[in-house]
Amino acid sequence: MAFAIVIVLLVVGSVGFHIWSPWWLTPIASNWGAIDTTIDITVWVTGFVFVAVNLFMAYAVYRFRYSAKRRAKYEPENKKLEWWLTGFTSLGVIAMLAPGLFVWADFVEVPDEAHVVEVTGQQWQWGFRYPGKDGVLGAADPGLITEANPFGMKEDDPRGLDDVLVESSLMHLPIDRPVKVLLRSKDVLHDFAVAQFRVKMDMVPGAVSYLWLTPTVKGTYDILCEELCGVGHFVMRGKVRVEDSSDYEAWLESQPIYADLKVQAQTNVVLGKASYAMCAGCHGAQGEGNPALNAPRLAGLQDWYVTAQLEHFKSGARGSNPKDSYGQMMMPMASALVDLTTMKNLAAYIGSMPIKTSSKTLFGDLSEGQALYDKNCSVCHGGNGAGVWSVHAPRIGGMDDWYLARQLRNFRDKVRGSHPEDDLGHQMALMVSVLEDDQAIEDVASYISSLNVN
Amino acid sequence: MSYVPIADQPDEMHDPQTFITKYIWSQDHKVIAIQYAGTAIAVGVVALVLSGLMRLQLGFPDTFTFIEPAEYYQYVTMHGMIMVVYLLTALFLGGFGNYLIPLQIGARDMVFPFLNMLSYWFYLLSVLILMASFFVPGGPTGAGWTLYPPQAITEGTPGAGAGIMLMLASLAVFVVAFTMGGLNYVTTVLQARTRGMTLMRMPLSVWGIFVATILGLFAFPALFVSAVMMSFDKLLGTSFFMPAMISLGEVVDYRGGSPILFQHLFWFFGHPEVYIVALPAFGLVSDVLSTHARRNIFGYRMMVWAIVAIGGLSFIVWAHHMYVSGMNPYFGFFFAFTTLIIAIPTAIKVYNWVLTLWQGNIRLTVPMLFAMGFIFTFIHGGLTGLFLGNVTIDLPLSDTYFVVAHFHMVMGVSPVMVVFAAIYHWFPKISGKMFDERLGKIHFWGTFLGTYAIYLPMHYLGFLGVPRRYFALGTTDFIPQSAFELNAAISVAAIFVGVLQIVFFINIFKSLWSGKKADPNPWDATSLEWLTPDTPPRHGNWGHELPTVYRWAYEYGSPGVKEDFVPQNLPPNEVQMENPGEKYKESEH
Repeated sequence: MAFAIVIVLLVVGSVGFHIWSPWWLTPIASNWGAIDTTIDITVWVTGFVFVAVNLFMAYAVYRFRYSAKRRAKYEPENKKLEWWLTGFTSLGVIAMLAPGLFVWADFVEVPDEAHVVEVTGQQWQWGFRYPGKDGVLGAADPGLITEANPFGMKEDDPRGLDDVLVESSLMHLPIDRPVKVLLRSKDVLHDFAVAQFRVKMDMVPGAVSYLWLTPTVKGTYDILCEELCGVGHFVMRGKVRVEDSSDYEAWLESQPIYADLKVQAQTNVVLGKASYAMCAGCHGAQGEGNPALNAPRLAGLQDWYVTAQLEHFKSGARGSNPKDSYGQMMMPMASALVDLTTMKNLAAYIGSMPIKTSSKTLFGDLSEGQALYDKNCSVCHGGNGAGVWSVHAPRIGGMDDWYLARQLRNFRDKVRGSHPEDDLGHQMALMVSVLEDDQAIEDVASYISSLNVN
Repeated sequence: MSYVPIADQPDEMHDPQTFITKYIWSQDHKVIAIQYAGTAIAVGVVALVLSGLMRLQLGFPDTFTFIEPAEYYQYVTMHGMIMVVYLLTALFLGGFGNYLIPLQIGARDMVFPFLNMLSYWFYLLSVLILMASFFVPGGPTGAGWTLYPPQAITEGTPGAGAGIMLMLASLAVFVVAFTMGGLNYVTTVLQARTRGMTLMRMPLSVWGIFVATILGLFAFPALFVSAVMMSFDKLLGTSFFMPAMISLGEVVDYRGGSPILFQHLFWFFGHPEVYIVALPAFGLVSDVLSTHARRNIFGYRMMVWAIVAIGGLSFIVWAHHMYVSGMNPYFGFFFAFTTLIIAIPTAIKVYNWVLTLWQGNIRLTVPMLFAMGFIFTFIHGGLTGLFLGNVTIDLPLSDTYFVVAHFHMVMGVSPVMVVFAAIYHWFPKISGKMFDERLGKIHFWGTFLGTYAIYLPMHYLGFLGVPRRYFALGTTDFIPQSAFELNAAISVAAIFVGVLQIVFFINIFKSLWSGKKADPNPWDATSLEWLTPDTPPRHGNWGHELPTVYRWAYEYGSPGVKEDFVPQNLPPNEVQMENPGEKYKESEH
């Protein structure tokens, strides 16, 4: 009896949960409404079966509960009933499968008018390639990937010269235009997934996969990697901004093309040295830093990291938080750098500075720090803290301990890394949760500072 | 099948004399079954603890800082692999298969007892190798239980050194163990059935285990070769699964391999594996339901053919795990079609279970509660499979918590319901003692309601788009705060269910120690294992003479018969009728 009642309650409760659940498909932002319809059909068919069979069972348990006076009915089979049920089930299956297959047929056939965008995945970053005026992407080969050629572009392929290469996690798409998204991985499996678009697909090294969609609602959506890709899987996030065609074209126009990038790769250290004059007051003539002024050591930092941080300071992605008083000091400084080239020159100069060791100011437990570092930090920042370019992880080994500790606290307290455009900072904000308290931060900062990179 | 008179033997030929030959290096299928089951449950407890740790992190992020990302992924991987392979496969086939096959078909033992013993010891070896990976530098692999390359063997994945190699070695040894046991089960069913035990008179437990074993013999080699090939990629530098790629910024020395090839091999094993677990569960639960409903299993022939059909179809659906893997998307049409076809024989089984209850005379014993709990959870888990099998719907739901909820419902909770139903059902025969009914009911209600509280809401996180295998969700624009609260609630339910299993162990140990002596056939069942001369059965099972079978295993409620059941081995002329003048008419089964 109790069992029958509980089954009825569970059925009623499940249906109620379904109806009133605040958790359901996110509002759709693509043309794939048919997927939602297929889900609805399946909910109805399976919901009916769930309710009917369970209520039947509950009734049977109630009606035929044990009685010493009664005897079960002897009925080994009932062919007619069994065939009816089989036929009925087949109809239900057809009702669910047929619409599903029609939608799938739409999904595998990309419309001819679709434009092409390539998404690249690597541990734990996104990158994007747009084909430029010719509408065709240049050839690329993972064997050619280096720090200077992160997309593995084949230099002699003329189709690639006008490609727009974007090494940031923000993707742009024009609204109401079908797009074929080509998917490529540089290392392990990844998966390009945007909940609002409904469609997703794995990215496989050695192959190019695809999906297509038409964005229908303007907005910025999360891109999540949804195929386990190593320890940093959960920090591999990006954004896709769906915007008006005119805004999209304007943005695309403003991006440097591959041919330009090849030229720009030649940075001017002399010009950079001139720009550095305004930095030297705080950071020191040799970039050695000055703890009294809260200015960290710069010498040793990779040029790409310095460039990215200067861009962030200029845009407000870093240093705009009122609690980040020292970061706020950097904002006007970075704003004085007129363009990306100036920043790159400055970064190249900083990258050329001689490296000296920082003096110790923190005295945390080195073995505790090492345990934390080896498990959580070393994959991206390298075993000796030298940094790894492909994950955009800068050198931290041997740098100022007080600065490292302060930044770790900033990440923890959402002072740094919580701005929507600070994608790499966001990754650190997720990682830093493994540090239990200030003591753990001091331990790991002391250890990192003690590392000898050279 | 012709009857072999040599099977009628005096007991003494079979009886081992010393403690070691009787209980350690035993060749008795019943002792081996208990060894298998004990090891599987022990390692399952490890996996249960790991899932508790995962739920702590998911429900209360930033609270348990001792759980770090690398460890989280190691828990995920080890939990999944242990539960699927080392617990469920080993328990259903090595445990219940070993115990029930010879007893239910009326044999003295497996046909190759020595091989049977080796099977267990290789299984134990594979478990020890797997457990050793917790203690090597870098810890166990954190590549996910699917072990997808390249990341399974490249830097950036926890345990990509010794951890993954021990996992692959352990799996290879497990397959060897399974093959030794599996050949034994198949041969025994085909060759050692007693007089009158035709294939279509076998209990469904034997059918389920028999077909599952055949699936395993075809499927596990795919796992074996993928383990060997991945080891070669890791150790010898071959490129079976490894394309030209970089690893953390450095170009690595691989070229031309295919990560998707691994996925095909893995799921060619992995999908039948679902049914290697499910078919024995289907069989065992059928026997429990029929016995406690006091009614013949409804549609026996259809049930047998459904098991065979599901087993066959399970080999042509594997790529439904790969709809969004980047394989040629045209495959989606074929695999969605075959996958949804499999729903039909599966639905027939469900209908026949509930129709077995209909017009029955249902005794709500502890095993019966678990068996009916299985029906409920299996209906739920089976129906959500229709979402994921339908290729279109897999696009939004794949790799989300919907998948996690679905397979835990259908492959976790449901088989575990059957495991408990079967343990409670056969415990009196295995131990000779009765279990504590009250503790059993507490165990059932807590487990049944608790697991539903875990997994029903989890599906809705999946609809929302919450990705699986995330150490922390952090901030996104589409996951509301309420989802975090839901996650905390799910974790509370999960910890509750995990801790509650202590009741089960208390019940088992208490009953072994001081339980009431069990009747040889406490459930008034018809199948042969309840009709042994001794309880628990001695080595050799049957005394001097093997039983003779006159009918199928589901003769409950036959009209005109005095008792409401007729044992399989009772000669027709000895069946007592209500009306002594009447003569017993044998059924067509």
